[in-house]
Amino acid sequence: MSVLDTETFHRWIVETARLVEANADRLTSLDAAIGDADHGINLRRGFQAAVTALAEKPAATPGAVLATVGRALISKTGGASGPLYGTGFRHASKSLGEAAEVSELQLGAALAAAVAGIRQLGAAAEGDKTMVDAWTPAVAAYQSTVDGGGALAEATRAAADAAEGGLRSTVELQARKGRASYLGPRSVGHEDPGAASTVLLLRALATVTAET
Amino acid sequence: MVGIVLISHSRVVAESTAELVGHIAAGAKVIPAGGTDDGRLGTSTERIAAAIAEADTGDGVLLIPDIGSSVFSALALLEEFESASRVVLADAPFVEGAVAAAVAAGVGLSLNEVHLAAEEAREVRKL
Repeated sequence: MSVLDTETFHRWIVETARLVEANADRLTSLDAAIGDADHGINLRRGFQAAVTALAEKPAATPGAVLATVGRALISKTGGASGPLYGTGFRHASKSLGEAAEVSELQLGAALAAAVAGIRQLGAAAEGDKTMVDAWTPAVAAYQSTVDGGGALAEATRAAADAAEGGLRSTVELQARKGRASYLGPRSVGHEDPGAASTVLLLRALATVTAET
Repeated sequence: MVGIVLISHSRVVAESTAELVGHIAAGAKVIPAGGTDDGRLGTSTERIAAAIAEADTGDGVLLIPDIGSSVFSALALLEEFESASRVVLADAPFVEGAVAAAVAAGVGLSLNEVHLAAEEAREVRKL
């Protein structure tokens, strides 16, 4: 059994910020097709604020890292993705509690808590063409890998791969939430920007846990 | 008196609506919270929190959001208040709900009644 420490969670956020920065223009152009063309800009700002907050006041536990990130995303992002991801991180933080180290089971519970929080805040379900369409199969893939006796690194990689599958599935979907929903059938044919950024977040998690 | 916070994606929309409401319901405490803290379109929970503090005179605060991130930011902020039921979020049309709420607040009605007034504005027909 492998465990993740505070430093690993910190690196997850730094790696996510790096991926968001590298993909900011792509996220924004996806959002320009069906949204209001600010997803990359907003999310870059949010994760930069999260990295800064962690540098200024280092967190003592994995849960504290995620709480700081949640607070920074909610207050600094600006768009709808900030409160959604921020709430996800906050719920994950509560799930981890004060634990100094996190097992694959605890991480699975935290990811499930994050998705539950996001679904509740956004009142979104699978098939609505939102980040939920990437999160839901990712968490399921993580769980089934762990349940099958897979290592943590395999589970996080399975989650990232499943999120990518979920992202591809959003192309054919018609949006039922957010600005894209006003487009009706015209929202079909485009990837959902929120699902695209969820892939980055989970890819970053797979990267920093690859050696565990 | 119940305070009212108008949360918009746009600073100008929040401020202009507060100005309009102020003319119709003089004396009501209506605080705008629009745009991000660096002046872009979007919402800022810090701005909303500051507006709540300014609007709160002890009788409660009603939040009226417009669209998209306004609603999510308000909900995410309310999670922090948790047990504090003195701050509530209205599911109401932005301008009409703000006017109805401010008139109700201005005559000293309770948070519950002001909340109801805002949400009833949805049912008011124009034609």
